[in-house]
Amino acid sequence: MSAPGTIVSALPAQRIAGLDADFWRRVLIALAVMIAVLLPWAVSDYRVFQFTQAAIYAVALLGLNILTGYNGQISLGHGAFFAIGGYAAAILMHKLGVPYYLTIVPAGLAAFAVGVLFGLPALRLEGLYLALVTLSMAVATPQFLKYFDHWTGGSQGILLRKPAAPLWLPIGRDRWLYYQVLIVLLIAFWAGSNLLKSRTGRALVAIRDHPISAAAMGINLPLYKTCAFGVSALFTGIAGAMAAIVTGFVAPDSFNVFLSISFIVGSVVGGIATVSGAIFGGIFIQFIPNIANQISDAAPWAIYGMFLLGFMYVMPKGVAGFIKERAIRYRQARESADADEAR
Amino acid sequence: MNFDRRILLIAACVVAVGAVAFVLLGPQKQPGPPVVQKKYGPGASDTEIKIGNINPYSGPASAYGAIGKAIGAYFDKVNDEGGINGRKIKYVTLDDAYSPPKAVEQVRRLVEQDQVLLVFQSLGTPSNSAIQPYMNENKVPQLFVATGATKWNDPKNFPWTMGWQPNYQTEAQIYARYIVSNVKEPKIAVLFQNDDYGKDYLDGLKQGLGNDAAKLIVATKSYETSDPTVDSQVVALMNSGANVFVNVATPKFASQAIRKVADLGWKPLHILNNVSTSVSAVLKPAGLEKAVDIVTSAYHKDPTDPQWQNAKEYKDWLAWMQKYNPNADLASTFNVYAYSVAQTLVQVLKQCGNDLTRENVMKQAANLKNLEMPMLLPGIKINTGPNDFAPIKQMQLQKFDGTTWRLFGTALSVEGS
Repeated sequence: MSAPGTIVSALPAQRIAGLDADFWRRVLIALAVMIAVLLPWAVSDYRVFQFTQAAIYAVALLGLNILTGYNGQISLGHGAFFAIGGYAAAILMHKLGVPYYLTIVPAGLAAFAVGVLFGLPALRLEGLYLALVTLSMAVATPQFLKYFDHWTGGSQGILLRKPAAPLWLPIGRDRWLYYQVLIVLLIAFWAGSNLLKSRTGRALVAIRDHPISAAAMGINLPLYKTCAFGVSALFTGIAGAMAAIVTGFVAPDSFNVFLSISFIVGSVVGGIATVSGAIFGGIFIQFIPNIANQISDAAPWAIYGMFLLGFMYVMPKGVAGFIKERAIRYRQARESADADEAR
Repeated sequence: MNFDRRILLIAACVVAVGAVAFVLLGPQKQPGPPVVQKKYGPGASDTEIKIGNINPYSGPASAYGAIGKAIGAYFDKVNDEGGINGRKIKYVTLDDAYSPPKAVEQVRRLVEQDQVLLVFQSLGTPSNSAIQPYMNENKVPQLFVATGATKWNDPKNFPWTMGWQPNYQTEAQIYARYIVSNVKEPKIAVLFQNDDYGKDYLDGLKQGLGNDAAKLIVATKSYETSDPTVDSQVVALMNSGANVFVNVATPKFASQAIRKVADLGWKPLHILNNVSTSVSAVLKPAGLEKAVDIVTSAYHKDPTDPQWQNAKEYKDWLAWMQKYNPNADLASTFNVYAYSVAQTLVQVLKQCGNDLTRENVMKQAANLKNLEMPMLLPGIKINTGPNDFAPIKQMQLQKFDGTTWRLFGTALSVEGS
């Protein structure tokens, strides 16, 4: 994977052990997928549930990475899109009796629509100002949800029936939900990474790095920026819908400001301008608060803060950035060693 | 050199395959069935009873975390005194940050990983709503939940969930009855917080007033928790010409309303909801003289109220606070609440005897008869039955005399309504 913003090199592909780097990247991905598929059989149902949640967060973070990492628009309000997706799914299931698996796409589209609408005012704002405006969205969401209580059930929320595994498949509910989330995750990551590798992806990065040159090259800035908002919201909304289904409950308290903050934390810790970083970020959001709690009952958030400092100190470019950097260093070391030998 | 690298990579592949094989075939960490002994459910043994709890120790509602800590402090006392029927209580309390998804996750940890016998005093209406289906599906007691909502008394649909405190609607109905029978031609003005809590009260009041509700309630004004004051609402309510003022507000706003009513020279029958009866936190800031003759209802004692402070019950409570919960606020009713609800659970577990299964815990929880608690008001009795999952159904009216609340009448209930 080339670092975002660099032109894909036209040099002959790197070769390791006689096979090119792209091949090894695929092997790694296949291995990761294999581990993800086998994982639920090695751990308890409770852990499966936790990994399911981590996977859902990863999809949400992928959305945030597209917007903030690749397109350079900071959002502190992605909890709101997560909420829209969650409530869209919940209302479809609860009020209209739609089966749960048919709610994910409409929920994503609802978030997409809101994201595009929100992207319009965002065109005039940049950096910290945009961050503040998106934060306002995160702050306002729980109150809006309480206000429209005919649809949202007010602060009591909406209770959903959790889907059970079909009778012919004896794997238990938690694994069943895990695999469905995993399938959505794979599709989302496949689509996301293809999008970012395409012309559109390069345009997004160009806008981030130098909007004036991007415009001079004929990129339609307003169109791309609003679409980035929409697509980002789409991914996060899909994640929100899955979260509602897996938890079996939505309430305004599920989507407080801290959720949005967690998203940006996870995104940065995982590696903000990367695709794979979203996975590491999801794992961080899900597990680090729990680990902090186990280390100290008295001051878990202090421990959490220390973890955060530690991560940022050791891996300033996030986990994915760190791995990528190590890989490049390793390759360079091998190359210079090879060159020495040849001399 | 290429050859070396290949060996390295082959080795790496072998390790990877090995790891996958380990994952596939390695030890399964599924929690096995608990050690089966005739009378013990998960989490119970000859020496120990494991009790789970979730509380918001962080997040927007973290003030309630004091309850979770105080419950732990009470169990410490029970353990120091020999435990329950010789068994020590192991209390596992986790933070859910008042977030429903987190509550679901934490409660699953309690049940599946920590293997608790029951979950006790999970706090907050949203969190309890979120975990209720899971608890009932897995037949784990969700005992004495810490919320005032009306929906926890539903043994037919949720036989594993039980409330504890009187709910908001019960309280409001008690006020409605008092107003109708004590005020000639009542004209009622209501101030309420614009959320479920406020609306629950308003609904209860309307139910209590019956068909005349629309006529008797002449004005309602709501406030948002983000409002700086409720002064303008109080002025508007006074101008409605009402002679009864029902103050459905949380402490800060209740205090403001009390002061404003007195400053305006308005002299209605002032009814204050139980949420805001603390002498030190609500009435003192408003001015004690301005709070004279306010009527409210209560079910537990106010620790700052001097009338209880010479009795043994208070002194026992104080001794416990000083020894086991020394950093907590002596003026906070949370500590009275935690003390009383923990005592209720201890009674249930005592009744269980040597049959500590989840089924028997629910059976005994639904078999409390005329239980009186030292820090509940005299005359308030806890009663449950197979079809009655609302332990406290009574409240008593009291009037403020300038220094303390004075109880009057007898403990009231709205059974049958």
